[in-house]
Amino acid sequence: MGLRTPLYDQHLALGARMVDFGGWEMPLHYGSQVEEHHEVRRACGVFDVSHMAVVDVVGAGAREWLRHVLANDVARLPGPGHALYSAMLNARGGVIDDLIVYRREEGYRLVVNAATRNKDLAWLRAQAEGQDVEVIERVTTAILAVQGPASRERVAELLGGSRAALIRKLQPFQAGEDHGWFIARTGYTGEDGLEILLPADEVCGLFNDLVGAGITPIGLGARDTLRVEAGLNLYGQELDEAHSPWVSNLGWTVALEPPTRAFNGRAALEAELAEGPGSRLVGLVLEERGVLRAHQVVRLDNAQGEVTSGSFSPTLGKSIALARVPRQTPERAEVEIRGKWYPVRVVKPTFVRHGKILI
Amino acid sequence: MSNIPAELRYAESHEWARLEDGSVTVGISDHAQEALGDVVFIELPEVGKTVSAGDQVAVVESVKAASDIYAPVSGEVIAINEALADAPESVNGEPYGAWFFKIKPTDSAELDKLLDAAGYQTAIGE
Repeated sequence: MGLRTPLYDQHLALGARMVDFGGWEMPLHYGSQVEEHHEVRRACGVFDVSHMAVVDVVGAGAREWLRHVLANDVARLPGPGHALYSAMLNARGGVIDDLIVYRREEGYRLVVNAATRNKDLAWLRAQAEGQDVEVIERVTTAILAVQGPASRERVAELLGGSRAALIRKLQPFQAGEDHGWFIARTGYTGEDGLEILLPADEVCGLFNDLVGAGITPIGLGARDTLRVEAGLNLYGQELDEAHSPWVSNLGWTVALEPPTRAFNGRAALEAELAEGPGSRLVGLVLEERGVLRAHQVVRLDNAQGEVTSGSFSPTLGKSIALARVPRQTPERAEVEIRGKWYPVRVVKPTFVRHGKILI
Repeated sequence: MSNIPAELRYAESHEWARLEDGSVTVGISDHAQEALGDVVFIELPEVGKTVSAGDQVAVVESVKAASDIYAPVSGEVIAINEALADAPESVNGEPYGAWFFKIKPTDSAELDKLLDAAGYQTAIGE
């Protein structure tokens, strides 16, 4: 039996087909992942993401410690309620995880991936030894994401009161707290939306209320097709400890300024930058029928690459992928699918944002 | 528990077969469509193709994986369901209505070698 979130029984009651994800039993879909995907882009949907870990970092040394542990710079956060997306690197510049860090009144809150949470916590605790900082895993905090153009308004309407006022005030990548709920305007779909962190003993009630109000529950299948369309990385596919941010479409999250900020992996990153990173992530579009999938080989002129994530894109009606390819690539390539080569178009690794097709 | 109509025959590879007007109509079972997830593309054989029982003749591509479809009986492909190209999701919604192709069988005894509904139910462990 895998790990279960507080919503396990509700997923089953809603007809979810369950699947293992990083040791957790999660809903793959509740009937049709393609329909769920469309619903998020069209209006909104609710995702149980309670398998992800919430980690608070407090103490007098918290800020400077995080400036050492993360490749992005928390000093850029102008005040409580602001967030940024960052990679956490090892000494070789490889990615241990990608995460969002929120600045709070006291200390910081990190939300890290489910499949890497044990590894991340071990790393953070080791890094914290002898430092004036405390790393606290919030095991009784659950998370729901409500994503889609109608999401914020639907949730505000349902909650009313001070939480609704907070929601309506939030700018993208901002968060606020109200009566024990931490509400952020962040997400993983390329649409507007919220991520609500709340006590585990309240999440079943909120999930029930949201579904009862007609908000569609969304499984991990649609979560994956939505994030691939948005060009967002998935740890374990686009990201791993063998690849740096430079070759993972994460260059924009690395703060090399100020040059005096020493952070884990800095030296390795600077050396790789000076030499010239050998590869990059691109988007691929298959114009014919077929589905691109992870690990398929990509052939470009005389060079080769690999699909890191492939899926069918419900919004485009065709298959798309993210792929790691040599730095200089032409606009056309071929991908090997079950022994045959198919032509693909090479594009920037973002296909859809806010419901609009970009490629 | 999946739906397994009593009047059809089944291959262990999850195709169903219906004998009508001297030809065998073929699709995939409810159990198969459920396991595949949302179907997005279907590759059908060419009309006129000669097939042997057990030959791979079509491909179903779902969000999850590509799956080969095998001829349950030998014969000639006399019709394919062109409507599937525009509505692949009908395989999920109506697995026993969304037929893939029809075969004119060379040996109708081969139909008897297929599983009946009870046999298929046992084969899939339900």
